[in-house]
Amino acid sequence: MYASIKSFASSFFVTGDPLIYGADVSIGLTSIAILFVLFYFKKWGWLWREWLTTVDHKKIGMMYLIASLLMLFRGGVDALLMRAQLAMPNVHFLQAEHYNEVFTTHGTIMILFMAMPMMFGLFNMVVPLQIGARDVAYPYLNAVSFWLFFFGAMLFNISFVIGGSPDAGWLSYPPLSEMSGSPGVGQNFYIWGIQISGIGSLATGINFIVTILKMRAPGMKLMKMPMFTWSVFSSSIIIIFAFPILTVTLALLFIDRFLGGHLFTMDGGGNPMMYVNLIWMWGHPEVYIVVLPAFGIFSEIVATFSRKRIFGYKSMVFALMSISILSFFTWVHHFFTMGAGADVNVFFAIATMAIGIPTGAKVFNWLFTMFRGRIRLEQPMLWTLAFIPCFVVGGATGVMLAVAPADYQYHNSYFLIAHFHQVLIGGVVFGYLAGIYYWWPKLFGFKLNDRLGKWAFWLWNIGFYVCFMPQYALGFMGMTRRVYTYGWDMGWGPLNLVSTIGAFLMGIGFVFQVWQILYSVKYGERDTTGDPWDGRTLEWSIPSPPPMYNFAVVPHAGERDSFWEEKERRNFAPAPPVPVAQLESIHMPKNSGVPFVFSACWFVAGFGFVFGWLWMAILGMVGVGVTLLIRSFQYDTDYYVPVEEVRETEVAAGRAV
Amino acid sequence: MSQQHTSAAGHGHHEHEEHDDHGSLKAYIIGFILSIVLTVIPLLIVFETSMNKTGVIITIITMAVIQLIVQLFFFMHIREGEGPKYNVMALILGLFIVLVIVAGSVWIMSFNSVVQ
Repeated sequence: MYASIKSFASSFFVTGDPLIYGADVSIGLTSIAILFVLFYFKKWGWLWREWLTTVDHKKIGMMYLIASLLMLFRGGVDALLMRAQLAMPNVHFLQAEHYNEVFTTHGTIMILFMAMPMMFGLFNMVVPLQIGARDVAYPYLNAVSFWLFFFGAMLFNISFVIGGSPDAGWLSYPPLSEMSGSPGVGQNFYIWGIQISGIGSLATGINFIVTILKMRAPGMKLMKMPMFTWSVFSSSIIIIFAFPILTVTLALLFIDRFLGGHLFTMDGGGNPMMYVNLIWMWGHPEVYIVVLPAFGIFSEIVATFSRKRIFGYKSMVFALMSISILSFFTWVHHFFTMGAGADVNVFFAIATMAIGIPTGAKVFNWLFTMFRGRIRLEQPMLWTLAFIPCFVVGGATGVMLAVAPADYQYHNSYFLIAHFHQVLIGGVVFGYLAGIYYWWPKLFGFKLNDRLGKWAFWLWNIGFYVCFMPQYALGFMGMTRRVYTYGWDMGWGPLNLVSTIGAFLMGIGFVFQVWQILYSVKYGERDTTGDPWDGRTLEWSIPSPPPMYNFAVVPHAGERDSFWEEKERRNFAPAPPVPVAQLESIHMPKNSGVPFVFSACWFVAGFGFVFGWLWMAILGMVGVGVTLLIRSFQYDTDYYVPVEEVRETEVAAGRAV
Repeated sequence: MSQQHTSAAGHGHHEHEEHDDHGSLKAYIIGFILSIVLTVIPLLIVFETSMNKTGVIITIITMAVIQLIVQLFFFMHIREGEGPKYNVMALILGLFIVLVIVAGSVWIMSFNSVVQ
């Protein structure tokens, strides 16, 4: 009995690596600390009522934000481990296999469990407020999306200590990711972690398309929507068409692994390159999914902090929408070297370069918005200014990579690594950070400390260039991606050391941001006006943080930047309070615990599939079915906030008399 | 989920009025029977006849496409709803993307027949 438990445990838990044992201890201690706090302060009821069952888009957005910051920490630690390993030649800090796991989880987590949820967090925190709605179109589905993401991410992350991490790269190319190349459970964790959170992503895409099309304030025609809302719309369009491709591709890979299929194997009539072809049909649109909302954020910030209308509104909209379609025509540039032939490569090279045109138009629009504007260098604007040169260089190296014949030289070298980190950090991360700084006071009611923020800003920026500029050169010197160590004779040592120093500077920048948040919770400048940045769009017309129902009176938005126009009309005098007689009871969705339980059942099912324990998978799927049935028989899903409560809240906020 | 879009808070114009009906029982039954028939036809052809491979593939694809259309009309209410036909626009864009995926993959992967 003891022997069988021991042998089970030694294959179930990851053993043999002191780093992992250290992680085991810290995970255990953190869990105990969290449980202790919840029990000691009797917070279980609060946690369940206020957070786990909520359907409020603002709270769901905050949960996305917190989860994505935790994932940024985990992915960042992976990055620092890799940079430590590569700092000098012939280092054996990580073994080859462990290094493979670290770069795999770094990539997967940063894209799917950091960038995506941070983006969904911003969608949730901002879009309904910006279009004058009281929630998203499907608040219940929104909670389902969040919890599916959360449990998918947890399933992926426990592979670290249970069963073993995936190690076939962030896109898991077969044949390496097939049973023949990866017989362990790591790849199963990869498939199921992404599948479960992927359902949530797809649902969020649908949710925001409907929200934007159907829930806009009266008067807000499509061509009067704020730019961020437009960018969310275009990004959601890509989501609903791209994510099904990912789901199908991973399902096919699972058929190969679980049922012994031969879709992507080397023998039995399979073709591994078909997987590469399919996964990039999702993978390339995916980078536009994450970068378009960043473009939207910059458009909002540039206009606000230049005190000007965005330059070229219509061309901005046209650029967003054309990128969302063009993004489906570029996927082959990730595998030009597959050898599909000159005609194929030429088509996709030109399509790739064509995307540079609308993107370039956007850059010029941002610059012209700033031209002769009254620029204020607040934190969101700093990140925007840092983004422009960074993204232009990243885009230019992207066009270099798009030249198919030249790509045979750059392919999978550190030149590529430097390029995509430059567009993803310089574009996406800077964009989301700018957005977080910008909308933080709206959601939390206080600004983030300026001095600490500037430290973080400069550490991130200097760290970025110190880290990634040497990698372009390393690529030309022949260093390929995913090598875990290299010899002294290669001459790569000095530049790698510089790059590692840059990575750690960014790490210190992140620590400053955590400090900044904690410090500002206590000492941050409180926002009493609801309009701390002198904003232009509807979200700034309500108190910070907004009441649960957002808008006591549904606003009319007849113009672009309608809040700004309204402020101009009253010469920037404070808005007159609303007479209480005008307030009415408000129709809102009820909280529900079903999304949490439903997603937890998916987690159980996913865990069963990972280990091939059919009883557990069936148990989980039965739970999924039962929760779906329970929900379809719930009719009492909404209620009215009594008018007295609305009056009290509004009077307390000084918005009504 | 059918409750959701009316409860979704706020200023929807349909907040209090009854939604037009989500199809009649008759429509659902007709759609259901048509779907079953269209599923059984390919099964019978595969199991009971000796049609050649091309014929089987063409029949299966044809039946699948017809069933897609049946479901769109009888279950998914593609004709209903007022205002701009966003669902039809999305459907057309979706079909276009599917065409890109299929035609693009065939074009790209045809290199395989050259190298093998």
